[in-house]
Amino acid sequence: MRCWRCRRRRTRSGGARERVAAVTDRVVAAIDQGTTSTRCLLFNRAGRMLAVAQREHRQHYPAPGLVEHDAAEIWHNVQRIVPAALRHAGIAPEQLVGLGIANQRETTVIWNRHTGKPLARAITWQDTRTDGMVNRLVADGHGEVITEICGLPPATYFAGPRLRWLLDHVPGARAGAEAGDVLFGTMESWLIWQLSGGVHGGVHVTDVTNASRTMLMDLTTLEWSSTLLKILDVPERMLPAIRPNAEVYGVCTTVLPGVPVCGALGDQQAALVGQACFAPGEVKCTYGTGAFLLMNTGVRPAASAHGLIPTVGYKFGSEPVYALEGAIAMTGSLVQWFRDSLGMIGSAAQIETLARTVPDNGGCYIVPAFSGLYSPRWHPEARGVMVGLTSFIDRGHLARAVLEATGWQTREVVDAMNADSGVPVTRLKVDGGMTANHLLMQFVADVLDVPVERPLGSEAVSVGAAYAAGLAVGYWSDLEGLRSNWHRAAAWEPGMDPARRRSEHANWARAVDRSVGWVQTPSDT
Amino acid sequence: MPGSSIQSIERAAAVLRLLASTERPLGLAELSVALDLPRPTVHGIVRTLRDVEFVVQEPGDSRYRLAKALHGLGRGGVDPHDLRAAAMNWADSLAGSTGLAVLLGVVDGHRVQVVHHVFRPDGSAQRLRTGEDQPLHAGALGKCLLAFAPVSTPPTRALELLRFTGRTCTDVESLDAHLATARRRGWADELAELEPGVGGAAAPIRASGGTAVGALGVTGPVDELFGVGGKLRRPHAEQLVLASREVSGALLEMQATPHPIGWRP
Repeated sequence: MRCWRCRRRRTRSGGARERVAAVTDRVVAAIDQGTTSTRCLLFNRAGRMLAVAQREHRQHYPAPGLVEHDAAEIWHNVQRIVPAALRHAGIAPEQLVGLGIANQRETTVIWNRHTGKPLARAITWQDTRTDGMVNRLVADGHGEVITEICGLPPATYFAGPRLRWLLDHVPGARAGAEAGDVLFGTMESWLIWQLSGGVHGGVHVTDVTNASRTMLMDLTTLEWSSTLLKILDVPERMLPAIRPNAEVYGVCTTVLPGVPVCGALGDQQAALVGQACFAPGEVKCTYGTGAFLLMNTGVRPAASAHGLIPTVGYKFGSEPVYALEGAIAMTGSLVQWFRDSLGMIGSAAQIETLARTVPDNGGCYIVPAFSGLYSPRWHPEARGVMVGLTSFIDRGHLARAVLEATGWQTREVVDAMNADSGVPVTRLKVDGGMTANHLLMQFVADVLDVPVERPLGSEAVSVGAAYAAGLAVGYWSDLEGLRSNWHRAAAWEPGMDPARRRSEHANWARAVDRSVGWVQTPSDT
Repeated sequence: MPGSSIQSIERAAAVLRLLASTERPLGLAELSVALDLPRPTVHGIVRTLRDVEFVVQEPGDSRYRLAKALHGLGRGGVDPHDLRAAAMNWADSLAGSTGLAVLLGVVDGHRVQVVHHVFRPDGSAQRLRTGEDQPLHAGALGKCLLAFAPVSTPPTRALELLRFTGRTCTDVESLDAHLATARRRGWADELAELEPGVGGAAAPIRASGGTAVGALGVTGPVDELFGVGGKLRRPHAEQLVLASREVSGALLEMQATPHPIGWRP
């Protein structure tokens, strides 16, 4: 999918052609390996972006519910965008102090260590083929053990079941894995292995944040859990070593020969770092295809009683910092649907124009449970509904309802965070393409009743990857230094009448009730 | 009167109608057969239409489809929110490099509407000004639009030249002189004409065909923006012009993208 975040940066723009860094300036490179594209960005010490280069990769949809990427194509793109970014900024490889990677999480690839070729297409995080397997794990009574060890509720969302699927279905995969010929990785593992030598001694590592999304890692010890490996029947030999987020994993032998690969984070954790959410209680939300809220919960994993996912936030040095995550499946993608499938608008940005043709939603609500509801409700059987329709409703009201759905879903996750942590969220840092929508950001502030703040440069994901790499090689000395790079570019103050907020919230909740329980399993019919 | 019409324009219109009649892109051969015209003739027409950005070719595809810009033609130009989306990155970059607040404005009748505001990146408390409006004759955004978008703004004679500070331009002749200077050097400025002690400078954002559709400006204390003799400091002027060109480029690219309806993720 082409997400909001990528849309505007597909650009040739390159950046800073006349503002190039001086030849002696040292810079950090970040690779953002995303769902729709891979980008390379360069940053200076002040955290300012000097250049960006980007290439989209193909989305393979072999059947409904299946979404695959070609890992070889993504590696090929990396080999092209990195030199392109350097060219744009007029920077020589010798000026790079290090390279950091942020990646789409949970996307799973296996490859042969002798040929360097993937055995099959990578199965992406949106793919739901492991549905039956996950249901069986729960039916067999493994659910509680899994959650106790890795913190995650068993779900198709995570990488472990996909790896098991590949081992079961790809010819030669299991035998090769047991013989030590076939390796597993999420996208950062694959790229680090290729960059650091590939078939000629590539380093096989993952980082704690990506590993925490596999359903295979013990969230307390931060090591692979033998119990979980046994439940999912995964040979340990094929797994990468779990490393902290900022450390020299290896040195590039190609693309940027001699430059250390020294940072890796899952993209949402990278945004937490890029937004400088270094103190417990600080929260960021990245609005892209979906939206992901992460709250820093400090040095101990915080269990959630309200539908959030405990995860590793980052680990710089010896102590990990944990986070609670709320995942919303559809935000930008609902606008995309409104544009592409309904043809209501010509571009994503024009939804604001259409929404402004009316003063309010006219009583109409849209619940975008297109593939069920994620955090905090977790109703896989829910489906999308549009309620409150009357002859009065026109396209402008629908546009309002589309935007408001993102606001209310954010509110539900923030409510869950407040309930879990006991410390109310007092402000929300936002990033991602949808922050260009002024009406939406104001609505988010209104329904949360806290200020919403956007930093200068909404590239939090890439900034986070650059920070990890820069910390590893001493380009930046500590987190406080990074905090001073964060500058407020905009702030939306809440201004909604409390009575109206309450009644609109109640209406939204009633709309959600109508989306739940829609898909009936065969036994129900 | 068919006798007085220009044949190539008629043929170009026929090509556009044909492309508009289907969602799929059409090749030269198909167009040539459907219009009953020789291929070289059709090729000349589509090439010209592509040069003026009314039709586009997808990368790696020789077939043609209507450009997105054409769909906007009847709606009176550029959507202000598309403009903001195109400007976001460069507006942030401009605030970062100048240390000043950045504003993006479009014409709204006899006023300027602020469609985007980036705070001055110094951590100070600021109020978001997106959605506010300003007079055309007294702010940098307004003067820039008067200077570079003469068709979509009213003539200076029709403006009510209200006084805001001792420095506000309140007679048509001196306002026209300001605008002439702005046109000559490529950007407009104002020294405390709207608010005491506060100044600004703004450069035009141009859409396809060179039409100015918005103004990108920086604003801050007069002595930070202007040096001796009330001249805009050179680094600020350079960054402003660079950013306005980049935003214009991003906007052109956005408009040239094939119409996304029918596109599937």
